[in-house]
Amino acid sequence: MAAAGMVIVGGGECALHGALALRQAGYSGPVTLIGSEHHLPYERPPLSKDVLAASGAPSPKHSVDSSQLADAGIDVRLASVVQKINPDAHSVELLDQTAITYEKLLIATGAAARRLPFAQQPTARILYLRSFEDALNIRRALEPGRRIVIVGGGFIGLEVAASARRRGAVVTVVETLPRLLARVVPEEIAAVVENRHRGAGVTVLCDVSVVQVDESANRVLITLSDQRELVADTLVIGAGAIPCVEIAENAGLHVANGIVVDKHLRASAPDIYAAGDCCSFPLHLYGGRRVRLESWRNAHEQGALAGRNMAGACEALSSVPWFWSDQYNLTLQVAGLVDEGATTIRRSLGADSFLLFHLHSDGRLVAASGIGEGNVVARDIRLAERLIAGGATPSAHSLSSPEVKLKSLLVA
Amino acid sequence: MHYVSVCSVDEIDDEDVRRFDHEGKSYAIYHVDGQFYATDGLCTHEHVHLCDGLVQGFIIECPKHNGRFDVRTGKAISAPARISLRTYPAKVEQGVVYICLD
Repeated sequence: MAAAGMVIVGGGECALHGALALRQAGYSGPVTLIGSEHHLPYERPPLSKDVLAASGAPSPKHSVDSSQLADAGIDVRLASVVQKINPDAHSVELLDQTAITYEKLLIATGAAARRLPFAQQPTARILYLRSFEDALNIRRALEPGRRIVIVGGGFIGLEVAASARRRGAVVTVVETLPRLLARVVPEEIAAVVENRHRGAGVTVLCDVSVVQVDESANRVLITLSDQRELVADTLVIGAGAIPCVEIAENAGLHVANGIVVDKHLRASAPDIYAAGDCCSFPLHLYGGRRVRLESWRNAHEQGALAGRNMAGACEALSSVPWFWSDQYNLTLQVAGLVDEGATTIRRSLGADSFLLFHLHSDGRLVAASGIGEGNVVARDIRLAERLIAGGATPSAHSLSSPEVKLKSLLVA
Repeated sequence: MHYVSVCSVDEIDDEDVRRFDHEGKSYAIYHVDGQFYATDGLCTHEHVHLCDGLVQGFIIECPKHNGRFDVRTGKAISAPARISLRTYPAKVEQGVVYICLD
């Protein structure tokens, strides 16, 4: 058995930021990062965008290179699968039976693409998107004129749709709910997104689900709940993600829509932390409401916070949920939890570009969302995030008037 | 020293940033506490225009991924930004901001 130190299960960016934060916090013992993929940690946001659509041979966008990891003294085990955690023995067991003891353990196993019943495993023509290899498989299918049907009108499905159009494929999006992005953004923003997709030639079918899929050697036949039939060269499924919690459950950790952690990211067994897409955590800003977030920034921030706390700090989670999506030349951003809002105040920034401020019934700003060309909404969403974090109660007039700078509300 | 005029001083609010394009290249021009600064206009992480980002004190934050840089030195100060920005000398003469592009 190797000497005890800090062990991180997971090879994504959350895991990486945990490892780096341990070192930045001065921890000098062994740090072992165990990732199941054979790549060093890489950024996933490009997988639905440039990896699919940019010209030239794609490669993973690594967050660090191996020499930086070596300089930081981080022992990286790639293509290694942890099959078991033994909380009592403070050890993890790899698939090859190797055991590694830990002083403290961080579980940053992320999430996996949710599989639909008719395609438990990807096939030659039915594809999911999570890893770089998944993205390469989809990229190969995106030839001009090829018929691509995408199941799921959420971010992944729509970003794949936009990339597929960039490549000249013929694209249909099928969404079970009555509108696109129903779970994640306000209707007015979703409407801008839908118009943009339709304008780009995407066929958008909402309020209809897939009832049967028949794959043959040269096509996929998709039967919808309204009896319509679609023929595709490739079916891409973007049906959300589920947290990777199997080893945590088997170790007896408390799991409920993710590994349950406290505000310091500690799981229910001693010396075990969890962070990123795999954990369910309390948001102090929203009365301790538990959420699980699948976002790039959350993975970074929680990984780093877990690393610092493992090294001896006692920091509590404090950040405001935030994410973005890029489709065509549009970017949308959301800060906070939109469903906490009772009223919505709109601020126009120009044609098809606006901000929505979501106020709680007690007057607090609890979320802000926006969409526009390029990064036109970014600065205001960032400022809104500060207002949200500070529990600000700005007036409807100050939020709706473009001449009132949000920065001026921060100091008020 | 090759100074290029950018704009008048009152075209950039205090604690704010403006994009300046010159000969096919983008620059970000900052105004903080009465002083003007200039860096490359694109973030070193994913080549996003920094002019859409938020300036707080001497820090510019990338609008896309929140990488942060010190506008005075260009130094990358937080992830995911790792590579620093190139900076350019800036000066004000008769109410006009100039940057040096040698």
